Amino acid sequence: MATTTTPQTGTAGQPKGNWYIVSALVENKPGVLFRVTNLFRARNFNIESITVGSTEQQDLSRMTITTNSDEKTVEQLIKQLRKLIDVVEVKMLDIDNTVYRELALIKMKAVEPSTRSEIINYATIFRGNILDIGKENITVEITGSPDKIDAFKNLVEHYGISQLARTGVLALQRGLDN
Amino acid sequence: MSGAKALISALEKEGVEVIFGLPGGANLPIYDALVGANVRHILVRHEQSASHMADGYARIKRKAGVCFATSGPGATNLVTGIATAYADSSPVVAVTGQVPLNMIGKDAFQETDIIGVANPCTKYAFQPRSPAEIPETVKKAFYIAESGRPGPVLVDIPKDVQTAEAEMKFPDLIKVRGYNPSTEADLSEVGRAVELILKAEKPIIMAGGGVILSGAFAELQALAELLMVPVVTTFKGKGAFPENHPLAMGPIGMHGHAEANKIIIEADCILAIGARFSDRSVGRFDEFGKGMSIIHMDIDPAEIGKNKSVDVAIVGDVKSSLKTLVKLLSKKIPKRASESPWLRRRKELIQYFSETIKDYPRDITAKKSLKKLRELLPAKGIVTTEVGQCQMWASLHFDVIAPGTFFSSTGLGTMGFGFPASIGAKAAAPNVPVVDIAGDGSFNMTENSLAVSVLDKLPVIVFLMNNYMLGMVAQWQRTFYGRRYSGVHQHNCPDYVKIAEAYGAQGIRAQSMTELEKAIKSALKSDVATVIDIPIDPDEDVYPFVAPGTGLKDMIVGG
Repeated sequence: MATTTTPQTGTAGQPKGNWYIVSALVENKPGVLFRVTNLFRARNFNIESITVGSTEQQDLSRMTITTNSDEKTVEQLIKQLRKLIDVVEVKMLDIDNTVYRELALIKMKAVEPSTRSEIINYATIFRGNILDIGKENITVEITGSPDKIDAFKNLVEHYGISQLARTGVLALQRGLDN
Repeated sequence: MSGAKALISALEKEGVEVIFGLPGGANLPIYDALVGANVRHILVRHEQSASHMADGYARIKRKAGVCFATSGPGATNLVTGIATAYADSSPVVAVTGQVPLNMIGKDAFQETDIIGVANPCTKYAFQPRSPAEIPETVKKAFYIAESGRPGPVLVDIPKDVQTAEAEMKFPDLIKVRGYNPSTEADLSEVGRAVELILKAEKPIIMAGGGVILSGAFAELQALAELLMVPVVTTFKGKGAFPENHPLAMGPIGMHGHAEANKIIIEADCILAIGARFSDRSVGRFDEFGKGMSIIHMDIDPAEIGKNKSVDVAIVGDVKSSLKTLVKLLSKKIPKRASESPWLRRRKELIQYFSETIKDYPRDITAKKSLKKLRELLPAKGIVTTEVGQCQMWASLHFDVIAPGTFFSSTGLGTMGFGFPASIGAKAAAPNVPVVDIAGDGSFNMTENSLAVSVLDKLPVIVFLMNNYMLGMVAQWQRTFYGRRYSGVHQHNCPDYVKIAEAYGAQGIRAQSMTELEKAIKSALKSDVATVIDIPIDPDEDVYPFVAPGTGLKDMIVGG
């Protein structure tokens, strides 16, 4: 019943190593994020990114957690998350069957016209957007897999990145949930 | 109705009979609402003791014990007892006062973010923001504390929420989205366990605290007798199985019985029931269970694979899982014979270590004292312990006969737990003698509860093995730090007989086995608390033991 489409991940595919995405539905109320992050600290789980935001249900938030770990640790992380009373549902997403995105805002030094056009060119190739251009800087928005963002970052690093902000990964499983 | 009145009403509806607590500025409305309520309030002398008493009460009643404290320091003083209950899965509902809503976050007088403090050591912490939330919050608090793997729950109520009025609805049933404790075992997993057990030549049962929490004593005994296999326990599981039973081997672990530690590493299949493979029980995680099949039965799915990978996991209430297992097994096998090479090995080990491990050469020793206590205390007598050498001697030398009558701070190892917990236990079972097996270091921490014991007529016996030392620390300094003692001497102070008498309790010093026998008999007859001060040699060590960071096979048998 699940329909799949080709992922629009740009240049990069799936990130490296033992990379896991855990998706959790949690109560949308104060203190829940603290409980979850405190659990990670207390249990010594190493989290790469965590995003939280509203969902189609007003009283639930979705947390997307990514971690570079081993399978046993991730299983334990999921079990410990399930134990939290504010956590309604947790699952590990099958990366091959998941759409995921991260957003990055990258502000670079760009004084020379040639630099500016190079950056704009790269941004176009990476399907990014130019959000702001000043006399000496340029801010680019890149969306995609963490690898794609890393690739863009590596490409433009030599221009001098003055500020960078990343959202962490957002993910949804493909197809219809049962 | 005010929030405070709704709280007391909700507690009455939960069947709460006793509350341990101490009033202060931020819970005055709650204490006002207690006047005329159908609940016994026991005034403690320090909030730490209130949470330990509630815990002791809970462990005997097997339902939530309740404690009250005010905000700030009152609340933080409760935390040690709450963390103790969390580590030992004991249902405690702690109700704290909080500064008024408009003062929260302003660093008000006696303000602490107790929700933040309690988060890692409670199953859940509530802070009702309006009085109308209180009845449902209380219902949820008890449901969460008592169901699944039990544990403490905190309810923090701002003072203005206590005084504000609202129309109250007391729910009969409650559902908490995101909390569905599993109780029924998966039949196919039980089937796989049966296969493994029947294949094993040297199977062993390792019973943990979960057996006691679910009251699965009869089921455990039925299983052991059907299979005719040795039963070891964890320290928390001590007393899950009668220790005078022909299959019993006592606790394993750092201060477990030598024969129990030896036999478990010789087994080829371990059935761990309501046990969490703690480092104190199994030593090194990487070493324990090598070459054996492990079946793990627990109500908490997060315990499966946390410390040990297992072959079969049966998640659910231990009592009902055991019932299913016994049913399936008895269809496959008749009751086994009481003689087998594996049971002969059990006897052999017990015999060997009873001859090898010598008692300390003195007229009165910890071992002899505890054997005497066992001889004179009725089988159903309840025993709590403090923490340290006294606790480990109790593990080794005090046999629990009636299941579920022994408990200790096994997870957190809280000094000062045993005495207030014994008072809580006495409140739960007033007609049963209750003894706290104590050391001087621990007893010193909460001895002011003598006032509670005397004034609230909850007489318990403090069996104080006194070596004027923080004995376990001293033993480790003797063993691992070349006898370089640091911070362990208590220099014969205070005089515990006089301390007892000052509180109106009975104090007896027992310097010989004859005096000890008389003292125990007198304490058992006494209608006030009795402190039996038993001076023992500060050099007397606990043996055998397994040094931290080593495996059970590296057990040190004697000094």
